[in-house]
Amino acid sequence: MKSILSALLTGLVFGLGLGLAGMMNPTKVQGFLDLNGHWDPSLAFVMGGAVVVTFVVFPLIIRRSRPLLAKEFSLPSSTDLDRPLILGAVLFGIGWAISGLCPGPALANLSSLNPGVFGFVFSMFVGFWLHRQVVQVRKKQSHSGS
Amino acid sequence: MIIENFTPWLSLIGGLTIGISAAALLFFNGKIAGISGISKSLLAEFETAAEKHWRQAFTIGLIIGGAITVYFAPEMTAKTLNLPLLQMIGGGLIVGFGTAMGNGCTSGHGVCGLARRSRRSLASVLTFMGSGFVTMYLMTHLFSLERFY
Repeated sequence: MKSILSALLTGLVFGLGLGLAGMMNPTKVQGFLDLNGHWDPSLAFVMGGAVVVTFVVFPLIIRRSRPLLAKEFSLPSSTDLDRPLILGAVLFGIGWAISGLCPGPALANLSSLNPGVFGFVFSMFVGFWLHRQVVQVRKKQSHSGS
Repeated sequence: MIIENFTPWLSLIGGLTIGISAAALLFFNGKIAGISGISKSLLAEFETAAEKHWRQAFTIGLIIGGAITVYFAPEMTAKTLNLPLLQMIGGGLIVGFGTAMGNGCTSGHGVCGLARRSRRSLASVLTFMGSGFVTMYLMTHLFSLERFY
């Protein structure tokens, strides 16, 4: 129960941070990505500020034997620089520029009741689902093909 | 290049707040605050109820935190914008597929992955930033797609 509450509160703080940072405003995000026009460098300060905290604190936390409210840390273990990683990031950058939204700010913006935000979030979940279908089809092919 | 609408202090405070939240989720729950991963797996089946519940709780918290911003500072959100629907639907689809394929977005690879000194995350951040800059250049110069104002 405590772990659910801490997830809820950290999510809330995360949402507030996105708002303060300006990430919930798609014009600001596009202003950051548009180097050639009227550039707004603010978002570099968002990533900078966030990473300054996590870069120092994460190693100290992971050094502990376990998290306060869970049995163990769940951390990604993969280290390969493979094609899906890079191709996925290329696609993400394209969608981010087109819409001025990434997943966190899109969800945080749901209460704005903006139709464009609803469209983004709905199709983002369609994108998650589509990727899962592709992975499953690939798996079946590699099982039957080899 | 003209620098415009620059809000370094507010953005820095927002960034620090995001960092503190990500550190708190790792400290208390032992989890990575990667929003694409969290929301993607809301669609999946889980081995335990706890795995599902923390993700649902974090997502609800994120939506509430955003709602507070929408209420008190609507001009800092999408509340007051008229966004082109087709462009947003297309962007969402590419973001969903791309972050699922590349296992993370700005939060998971950026805020958390760089802190774990993950070379996958560094490669991802450099790639999606570069791709974002190039896409914006192509949008405004080659295609007639306008930036939002």
